[in-house]
Amino acid sequence: MKRYSAFAIAREAFRQHSGWDRAWAKREPKKKYDVIIVGAGGHGLATAYYLGKNFGITNVAVIEKGWLGGGNTGRNTTIIRSNYLQDPSAAIYEKSRSLYETMSQDLNYNVMFSPRGLIMLAQTQHEIRGYQRTAHANALQGVSTEWISAARVKELCPIMNIDGPRYPVLGGLYQARGGTARHDAVAWGYARACSDMGMDIIQQCEVTGVRKNGDKVVGVDTTKGPIDCDKLGMVVAGHASVLAQKAGFRLPIESVALQALVSEPIKPCMDVVVMANTVHGYLSQSDKGEMVIGGGTDGYNNYTQRGSFHHVEETVRALVETFPMLGRLKMLRQWGGIVDVTGDRSPILSKTPVEGVFVNCGWGTGGFKAIPGSGWAMAELMAKGHSPLTEEFNMFRFREGKFIDESVAAGVAH
Amino acid sequence: MLTLHCPNCGVHADETDLHAEGEAHLKRFGPDSSDDDFHDYMFQRQNPKGVHFERWKHVYGCGKYFLAARCTATLEVFGTYSAQTHEPPQAIKDAISAKRPGWSWGDFS
Amino acid sequence: MSTRLALGGRLVNKNKAVSFAFNGKNLRGYEGDTLASALLANDQMLVGRSFKYHRPRGVIASGAEEPNGLVNLGKGSTFEPNQRMTTTELFEGLSATSQNHWPSLEFDVGAINTHLSRFLPAGFYYKMFIHPRPFWKYVYEPIIRHSAGLGKAPTEQDSDTYEHFHAHFDVMIVGGGISGLAAAHSSAQTGARVLLVEQTADWGGRAVVDAPKIDGLTAQEWVNKTVQDLESMGNVTMRLRMQGSGVYDHGYVLAYERLSDHAPEMEGPRHRLWRIRAKQIVTATGAIERPLSFAGNDIPGVLLAAAVRDYAINFGVSVGDRTVVVTNNDDAYRTAIVLKNAGLDIPAIIDARTAPEGDLIDEARALGIRIEFGKAVAKVKGGKRVTGVEICTQAGEGAVLEEISCDCVAMSGGWSPVVHLWSHCGGKLNWDDVQAMFRPDPERAPTGADGLGFVTTAGVANGHLFTAEAVADGFAAGRAAAKAAGFKSKAGQAPLGECAHEGPISAVWLMPQGAKHALRSKAWLDFQNDVKVSDVQLAAQEGYESVEHAKRYTTIGMATDQGKLSNINGLAILSKALNADIPNVGTTTFRPPYTPISLSSITGVAKNELFQPIRKTPMSDWHAANGADFEPVGQWRRPYAYIRGTETVEDAVNREVVNTREKLGLLDASTLGKLVVKGPDAGKFLDMMYTNMMSNLAVGKCRYGLMCSENGFLSDDGVVARIDEDTWLCHTTTGGAERIHAWMEDWLQCEWWDWKVYVANVTEQWAQVAVVGPNARKVLEKIGGMDVSKETLPFMQWADGTLGGFDARVYRISFSGELSYEIAVPASQGAAFWELLLAAGQEFGVMPYGTEALHIMRAEKGFIMIGDETDGTVIPQDLNLQWALSKKKTDYLGKRAHERSHMADPNRWKLVGLETLDGSVIPDGSYAIADGTNANGQRNTQGRITSTYYSPTLKKGIAMGLVLHGPDRMGEEIEFNKVDGTTVRAKIVDPVFYDKEGAKNNV
Repeated sequence: MKRYSAFAIAREAFRQHSGWDRAWAKREPKKKYDVIIVGAGGHGLATAYYLGKNFGITNVAVIEKGWLGGGNTGRNTTIIRSNYLQDPSAAIYEKSRSLYETMSQDLNYNVMFSPRGLIMLAQTQHEIRGYQRTAHANALQGVSTEWISAARVKELCPIMNIDGPRYPVLGGLYQARGGTARHDAVAWGYARACSDMGMDIIQQCEVTGVRKNGDKVVGVDTTKGPIDCDKLGMVVAGHASVLAQKAGFRLPIESVALQALVSEPIKPCMDVVVMANTVHGYLSQSDKGEMVIGGGTDGYNNYTQRGSFHHVEETVRALVETFPMLGRLKMLRQWGGIVDVTGDRSPILSKTPVEGVFVNCGWGTGGFKAIPGSGWAMAELMAKGHSPLTEEFNMFRFREGKFIDESVAAGVAH
Repeated sequence: MLTLHCPNCGVHADETDLHAEGEAHLKRFGPDSSDDDFHDYMFQRQNPKGVHFERWKHVYGCGKYFLAARCTATLEVFGTYSAQTHEPPQAIKDAISAKRPGWSWGDFS
Repeated sequence: MSTRLALGGRLVNKNKAVSFAFNGKNLRGYEGDTLASALLANDQMLVGRSFKYHRPRGVIASGAEEPNGLVNLGKGSTFEPNQRMTTTELFEGLSATSQNHWPSLEFDVGAINTHLSRFLPAGFYYKMFIHPRPFWKYVYEPIIRHSAGLGKAPTEQDSDTYEHFHAHFDVMIVGGGISGLAAAHSSAQTGARVLLVEQTADWGGRAVVDAPKIDGLTAQEWVNKTVQDLESMGNVTMRLRMQGSGVYDHGYVLAYERLSDHAPEMEGPRHRLWRIRAKQIVTATGAIERPLSFAGNDIPGVLLAAAVRDYAINFGVSVGDRTVVVTNNDDAYRTAIVLKNAGLDIPAIIDARTAPEGDLIDEARALGIRIEFGKAVAKVKGGKRVTGVEICTQAGEGAVLEEISCDCVAMSGGWSPVVHLWSHCGGKLNWDDVQAMFRPDPERAPTGADGLGFVTTAGVANGHLFTAEAVADGFAAGRAAAKAAGFKSKAGQAPLGECAHEGPISAVWLMPQGAKHALRSKAWLDFQNDVKVSDVQLAAQEGYESVEHAKRYTTIGMATDQGKLSNINGLAILSKALNADIPNVGTTTFRPPYTPISLSSITGVAKNELFQPIRKTPMSDWHAANGADFEPVGQWRRPYAYIRGTETVEDAVNREVVNTREKLGLLDASTLGKLVVKGPDAGKFLDMMYTNMMSNLAVGKCRYGLMCSENGFLSDDGVVARIDEDTWLCHTTTGGAERIHAWMEDWLQCEWWDWKVYVANVTEQWAQVAVVGPNARKVLEKIGGMDVSKETLPFMQWADGTLGGFDARVYRISFSGELSYEIAVPASQGAAFWELLLAAGQEFGVMPYGTEALHIMRAEKGFIMIGDETDGTVIPQDLNLQWALSKKKTDYLGKRAHERSHMADPNRWKLVGLETLDGSVIPDGSYAIADGTNANGQRNTQGRITSTYYSPTLKKGIAMGLVLHGPDRMGEEIEFNKVDGTTVRAKIVDPVFYDKEGAKNNV
């Protein structure tokens, strides 16, 4: 693999950039792999990457129905944070956040991780208590966060109106090393690194069935023919139920639309990410200058990647209320993704009733920030059969009533 | 932006007048049920890409619940019907069969 | 130079001059001008800078597709960045500044990037700025961010007003050109209710520029007549300056009406967002001309051919004196003919086709215009303005045959139907190889609630580029839509259009065909984002083969025009690079809105006080007038405390607690939920809803009840009163009223629908006042009425009667441990009753108290608070409330859930009281630490604080918390963490801190 650097660019500049290789190889599937990962989104590619990097398992195929990074990886609001309340969440999200810190160097691909700071606004007494609780929990979890005053919120984010007549800002939970990254680059960077390790990334290949010998997986049927494997990782956010059904088991999840939008680009005016959960909206400014806006999910099961406009309306209303200067900006583009949510709004990283089949799903609205941590943990689970990071996220927790509920602090989970 | 016909009050209601209330035809399991049954009742959802049965509430209207048969892949609505029933009326099932031959959902087909 | 012509200008009123300013320079235009046409009339060709290389940019188009002409408009509270000057109608006093340059438009330091462009190919930032690591945040990113963005950020709240309309139509037609007008007419004739919208200020679209004949009339005459006809029909609504912005599922259309952008002095809202339900939608949205990809096609003075024609005919503006026309189709000849007839010089028409034939070519030839077939532009010369073009053969690699001097290049690469609205909701496209365009596939229209198509496309938007077909197709589409909406077809004839015969287009995606890298790297595809042919080719080379990959890698089509000019050209280049057919590579997804719409219009009136409804109790005005410091609780606002004089909030809270404990306090408890549950099966029903037994509650008595979710977690609590044999009144928490009401309805309607029970939420029917403290009975006795003595109205009973002349229902219940009456009076009398109590209570030391005093007093008594002691993960057993879990009942909601292994786990944390050794207050949310760390390196914990207060009664900190085996560890000291890393020691104690024996209430 040709390393990326300013020097490489300079060299290529004088030969019309003709020397750049493919970022990832285009290959046809082999007959058999040690591990097949279904889903070449961020989570699937990261799982493959850490299987290779941490466990030396490189006879791996990542199979993708569409194009890599084309699901939720490429259609989210790119927020990265780890200020979660419950121990298992804080552990995996903080692992993830810390991996983002060095991802560009690890992958030799600039994913533009920008730890610009993230504030979760408290606009009710209840939120104050919730975030102070999170701050105390984070202090014991090794997650660096702090409770800040309304005045400090204003200092960090001058475009915010902290004296709104309805929901004045009372303070916030600040994570200085939270931020954003370039979402597509995360998928592309992992894909390039996986390909470089000799793994096969097979796009435009849909899994049509899961082949089993008794209760053990032996391979998959695909639109490019049958492929054998010893272990199978299902990492297909949104479509996890559909794939699990092919393997003969069910998942406690539902798929719903999540929408987002961006404004036209403007000059930099906001250096932090802000989440306002009382009014339901979050906002950051991309490096291109667009104001990136997200909100809550639609209420009904939906696989169309389209949502209902009144949810966009609610989100925009909430943010214009909190950031009055936004009013005269214009919505450039809105879109939707399909997220799968579980009974406790926390993800599933788990063994399944089928031996050799592992599942990673249920990230709801919080998947992007978890990509490297999820991949790291999933790889460990698949390689070793257990991982402390995934332990509590097993799919059987619902049977025991052992939930990981993050909504308790903030009112919304992500 | 869905529209659904409320069978209780006859209004063809806009989604903004409605509230989605999750999967329909759940069978409740109470005390003395097995862990598996209770788990499935609480958490295991069909979540199909295709024909689905779900509950809606005409929350900014008559306040009543009703059930809808809808396709989650196209958002086509096959019909709505009373919430006070344990299975979809035959007419709804026929309407689905006409458009999605061979469909099945839980115990229904 | 560009200038105003002596003749022409169908849209401008040359008798009415309008003055405006651009970059501080005072200029003049005419009424009817756009900002773009007025600037061109003033020879202002350079209008902005591109995004990445800061290249000089001039206007390239004349409509909504414009990527270059963007300005900062206005100032202060009406400042708006990124206003498209081609759709900005000129008004008196308009003030605009150009964007994305420093220090000035003419001299922009950022333009250095254009010289570095070979180092800045597509995706360069993914390959560099990687080392050293901290540099991204502190060095590289700030530089990139500084140079990114376009317009300036507004700094003030928008001072204009906005509104929303809801509308229902049988047929909505988007686009007021000849196809849209024909469609509106033909569908309206069937009796359908029709809405016709046009995004510009004028009907007729492009046809009135090119002036074909329709039904024997000129296009303008036909448009005028048809508009008149439509206006006279009662079933047609017509709107100009209104854009169909987005099509959503089930026939929902978002439309954006710009009411006063062209006349800011007008009264009323600036924008109006229409939320439309249409049974059928006709998209008659026309087409957008494509640029041609040749080197230097981004230099100011290179415009779309039709735009050059528009400026001449609509505004009487010549873009240049000498215009070279470059084309691969006949339509561009119209531009040459128009300009030539206006007395301007056309040095040549460069036609990439080898031997085209058609009426327009003949006409141009007859005018003596030089026409070069099989030729191409090798390169445009010039910097901030075109100075000439180098000509080569299209089939070659760009060897220059000749240089032609000119100051304008009019280019046409063919036309792309506007398929956005068709595609928003899933309509599919076919590639038309003959016309080199994507057009809607009528077999795969977006489908609605009934599974049938609900969008019809018409005219040019349907790929019918020529007048005769377009107008006939519009007529047919209108009829088809009306029929699909349930209206019978009427007799009527499609309008008959006539137009020049045009020969076929020849697809040209790169000029010349064999252009070398040096030319390809100067051939722009996306003018705003600076994406060139070489960038898309590099993306393909590097494996970014999917059209979505290539788009995201190069940023083509991601600018404010969302690829209106660039997408098809980029796709064609990508297809070629991949050696694949265009339809196999496919398009990116079209997403709403068609062009950007203001966030203020989406907000509508819902801002500031109107952001969300405010719920007020009958006493709310009194609170506001008497120092209330409000806190939002759901949509209610409740007094947190009543501030007197110069005291702090904390002072006020402490005063209120002490006064209530020692004398008399009043709490506005009206927000507490009140649900009447009535019917023969009401008792049975409440036994399912509550964990404890309610059916055996005696009439006249009250009982504290707990509710769990079916998942076993505590969800709400409150006092239930039995009113009569089949009626119960259930109090819920303030936040719980609507939620619990809905919860009850859910079970009654969907599970136990044969049970005979009604539930009514009567929360707002009653004003409720808690009269609390040692003097509570005294004040009630003073105002007089019913007997509230200990004997007649003992604890946990209620009675109806009158108090001080008010009809009242009095509950003898207490959430503070004090002697306490909660008195409900009809809501309309709440304020009067409140004031009566205050007046009568003067001699007893009455003071109102707020929610914080309420919280402190309940904590002093060890009462739990939903939302504090519970958080959705807590079960009654955790709070030692086993006594409220009925053993007698075989079933209640949550009972089965409690049997699961984790819920029956003896190691769940349980409620205790906590006291610091030094009397300090434990921080809210603190965790009790335990030895060691877990497998993920996190510090082990053994409990957490759920409530913590300074108790003014006890003059020390008190807290409640959940602690591992807590109730078994009374007297033990444990450590709670602080965010600064230190800890505070606290002793585990009984959670009842005050009046353990309950003497204060027992009077």
